[in-house]
Amino acid sequence: MNQAFPLLPEQASAQAGEVDALFFFIVAVTIFFTIGISLVILFFAVKYRRRSDEDRPKEIHGSLLLEMVWTIIPLGIVILMFAWGSKIYFQMNRPPDDAMNVSVVGKRWMWKLQHPTGQREINELHVPVGRAVKLTITSEDVIHSFFVPAFRLKKDAVPGRYNVGWFRATKVGSYHLFCAEYCGTEHSKMIGKIVVMEPEDYQTWLAGGPPPESPVVQGEQLFTELNCITCHRPDSAGRGPVLNGIFGRGIRLASGDTVVADEAYVRESILNPATKVVAGYQPVMPTYQGLVSEEQLIALIAYIKSLQIPSGETVPVPEEAE
Amino acid sequence: MNQGTEAKPMTPEVNTLPKEHYLNAGYDWKSWLLTTDHKRIAILYLISISVMFILGGLYAVLIRWNLLVPDGSHMSAETYNRVFTAHGVIMVFFFLIPSIPATLGNFLIPLMIGARDLAFPRINLLSWYVYVIGAAFTLFSLFSGGLDTGWTFYTPYSTVFAQSNVAFAAIGIFIAGFSSILTGLNFIVTVHTMRAPGMTWFRMPLFVWAHYATAIIQILGTPVVAITILLVALERLFHFGFFDPARGGDPILFQHLFWFYSHPAVYIMILPSMGVVSELITCFSRKRIFGYSFIAMSSMAIAVIGFLVWAHHMFVSGMSVYSAMIFSALTYLVAIPSAIKVFNWTATMFRGSISWETPMMYVFGFIGLFLIGGLTGLFLGNLGTDVHLTDTYFIVAHFHYIMVGGAIMGYLGGIHFWWPKIFGRKYSEWWGRISAVLIFVGFNMTFLPQFLLGYLGMPRRYHAYPEEFQVLNVLSSAGALILGIGYLFPSLYLAHSMVKGEPAGNNPWGARGLEWETTSPPPAHNFDQTPVVEDEAYAYDKAPKEAVVA
Amino acid sequence: MPEASAPPAQGPLAHHFANLKQQKHAAVLGMWVFIAQEVLFFGGLFATYAVYAMKYKEAFEAGSGHLNWKIGFFNTLVLIASSLTMAMGVHSAALGRSRRIVGWLLATVFLGTVFLGVKYFEYGEKIAPCFGMGAGPGCLVPGQLFDASVLHVAADVAPETQIFYSLYFAMTGLHALHMIVGIPIILWIAHAAWKGRYSPAWHTPVEIVGLYWHFVDIIWIFLFPLLYLMGRH
Repeated sequence: MNQAFPLLPEQASAQAGEVDALFFFIVAVTIFFTIGISLVILFFAVKYRRRSDEDRPKEIHGSLLLEMVWTIIPLGIVILMFAWGSKIYFQMNRPPDDAMNVSVVGKRWMWKLQHPTGQREINELHVPVGRAVKLTITSEDVIHSFFVPAFRLKKDAVPGRYNVGWFRATKVGSYHLFCAEYCGTEHSKMIGKIVVMEPEDYQTWLAGGPPPESPVVQGEQLFTELNCITCHRPDSAGRGPVLNGIFGRGIRLASGDTVVADEAYVRESILNPATKVVAGYQPVMPTYQGLVSEEQLIALIAYIKSLQIPSGETVPVPEEAE
Repeated sequence: MNQGTEAKPMTPEVNTLPKEHYLNAGYDWKSWLLTTDHKRIAILYLISISVMFILGGLYAVLIRWNLLVPDGSHMSAETYNRVFTAHGVIMVFFFLIPSIPATLGNFLIPLMIGARDLAFPRINLLSWYVYVIGAAFTLFSLFSGGLDTGWTFYTPYSTVFAQSNVAFAAIGIFIAGFSSILTGLNFIVTVHTMRAPGMTWFRMPLFVWAHYATAIIQILGTPVVAITILLVALERLFHFGFFDPARGGDPILFQHLFWFYSHPAVYIMILPSMGVVSELITCFSRKRIFGYSFIAMSSMAIAVIGFLVWAHHMFVSGMSVYSAMIFSALTYLVAIPSAIKVFNWTATMFRGSISWETPMMYVFGFIGLFLIGGLTGLFLGNLGTDVHLTDTYFIVAHFHYIMVGGAIMGYLGGIHFWWPKIFGRKYSEWWGRISAVLIFVGFNMTFLPQFLLGYLGMPRRYHAYPEEFQVLNVLSSAGALILGIGYLFPSLYLAHSMVKGEPAGNNPWGARGLEWETTSPPPAHNFDQTPVVEDEAYAYDKAPKEAVVA
Repeated sequence: MPEASAPPAQGPLAHHFANLKQQKHAAVLGMWVFIAQEVLFFGGLFATYAVYAMKYKEAFEAGSGHLNWKIGFFNTLVLIASSLTMAMGVHSAALGRSRRIVGWLLATVFLGTVFLGVKYFEYGEKIAPCFGMGAGPGCLVPGQLFDASVLHVAADVAPETQIFYSLYFAMTGLHALHMIVGIPIILWIAHAAWKGRYSPAWHTPVEIVGLYWHFVDIIWIFLFPLLYLMGRH
């Protein structure tokens, strides 16, 4: 890339090229109108320069036709820009199903990342090229923002919720990671890098170092330590709903509404169990607010996700409450 | 010293100051600090906001000085964070929001519509005192330990984690907000009830239309940020949990409430400037405005639609794609009325009689810089590109092009146009034009590199940055030096003109408008007899009326 | 202020207005614009309330259920009565009955004071326990000392009730502040009425203070059901 005077960051994700194309289109429109109108004004200012004090130009009130022309044409241009941008934004918010999940926790002033296989990284993320990577992003304290210019990727890390971003790296290399939401004293030091590797090198990297603990294994440990297992048994005899196979399914709540059991729902059910109680169950689950960290939550969610029911069986339902 | 062509005054060759006018109607402190004359209140505001502008400018110098080196070694991160916050808070709340309305608006609106004063002169004075008290609170908090939240006060950083004077600054800004509300209230009632006979709505100068639209935003928007900042202060002082996730609060709710005002606020900053441009471009093209109703209605459209676009500041906060699309569409819609204005101004110059005096130089500068600033908004209203660009220096460049390149150029153009009316004296045309060019050049040098920095990925509010961004940062800082010098000149030659300037006479520019039909400076009561209006606005094709000299 | 060439003021006519009609129009429009601004001011709080009420339904119902709706209802009646007395005051002013104006305005002030007295008692109940005083059930001031046990909710809902009480204090506090400002203004108008400054031709100050007071009443009429009656059957 042009090292001496770069005008663009590298294009290192599938998205980057599309964003740049739209960017160039808007640049072209901007330059066209800026230079165009400036030249017209300069031209008028010179051509119609006041010759004498007695000059009294004739009035021209207006022209409905002109007004319509210079309203409708810009309107058409911006509609085009809007549609193009919306399409890209949609893609940015729909990670593919085969994406590998990486969790990201922002904390003053570092990024804590964890691979699906359990490896943890601080301020760095190693990924294989060509693979879709889905980021589940949150914060432990204030709002941060996960920004990788080379991928044209940015998503806020908001405490108390999960935000999802994704990318598919297309070029091997090392790229800046910045925090893009002011978060206090060391905001400009909350930076790192994304290291994109060939798939084989990524496997080597994964295998290197001490064997990591998969988040699923951590989650299973926590599930027992925190006594979740007491009520959430794999059969229907527990006081709490069976968790096998529920991830990604629609759940009927006591209120009559239905929600999808995604990461956000599971997190909420651990921290605020009385809010969305499953139909047919009593609201007796205690809250774990203050008893689990964001990273422990991520582990528990990974474990619950992994709970499958043996094929052929259906999810056990409780007996109808009175 | 005066070179170049100048419009010859319409009144006799040798001008003298009128014997009695609003400036010499009393010299003691009571006649100034207890005045209810809108013209004197405008001067009080002029002094206050100029002081704030200098202060805010000094903070800007510190920012650009720190950013000369990538490692941020010129000052600590704590200091830098307080510096950029102070710059933003002072410039937004204490300079840009009041600027044109409180100075030129206060001075000119009654004159332009043929009234003796605004509808509520004492509330006008109150608004200045409220401004000063708010400024005192805020400056105290900025100097005694500082504020490091950014002018945007995002939670939970500001309410829980910041170790700075958040509550005190919040209260200062809360108080200052009422100054804006009272000004807006006064303008709305004045325009509705105090127009001279014959001054119908569609004969009003577009400057007045612009301030009317601005006043609507001031009335409806400011209270929302007032209550929001009050909640921040309450959370900070009493640990109420409105915006803190640890206590069940929602930090995104803060952002919605904050931007609900702070987006329309930028229209408070630009609409009056656009009003100034309409006045200046007609005078210096000596021609009626092209498309009067379109320009008037576009101001109203901007005020209304401007209230519907706030969440375009939040596209990466995790909002739903569908909400984001609605806000993006509305954001594009609000761009159209501004485009209509630029086209109409250009058409006004067609077959006009153009003279290049200082105010017109500022108009040229405004149109060029506002074009860039406005068009770069297209990148930011766009969902595809905003994700990459938000929170980077692209945003910083965009808003400075509009607020400094647009609003401040318009403000300076207005100051230079009406200076002879306000103080009765002319300034040096030569210095005026030099300064306008210097400001234009310095401005572009400061902020054009920042668009590049933003797209390259440099985030905003960074105390230190990767080395590869240094060249552009140094360029930007060099430009800031030129810009600062450019701003210094007007304060010198304008001040000089107040004592040594040649008396201007009633109408040194040969302009149209009721304010030019009275003396320079005007008498305390504005007009000896209530004017009766028979012409449309900007009737430059007719011979000017002789002023009734007191 | 020197007004050498301005027309002399005619009684209530201010120097910058052409006639009383214009002055009246300006004053009334000014008060409406001010009220519009107040609607947005309270609106921010109402919006915040709506967002959290939907998010934390159970906590808000518990918090609301714990407020004494009878006292709230009594206060509502008091305020409505005060609006009535205020309207009668404006009516008397239009008819030129100076003495009557004063009577009605003082009645309004009395009722307003009763409202504030009740509020003082209500607040005291919730705040005194935080200082170890008072016979109230528990400290309900959000913060370290907040005692949610009196609300009888699940442990995870308890912290959310703090938000309800934060909003309760903020909204009723802001409303009370508007009354505390309004009462001296009404007294000032009553004083002017006593001095005979109002007539059928000019009593706009009474009218616009009336407008303000009615607005303060209407805000309460929205506050009362939202805060006191949520989730009751």
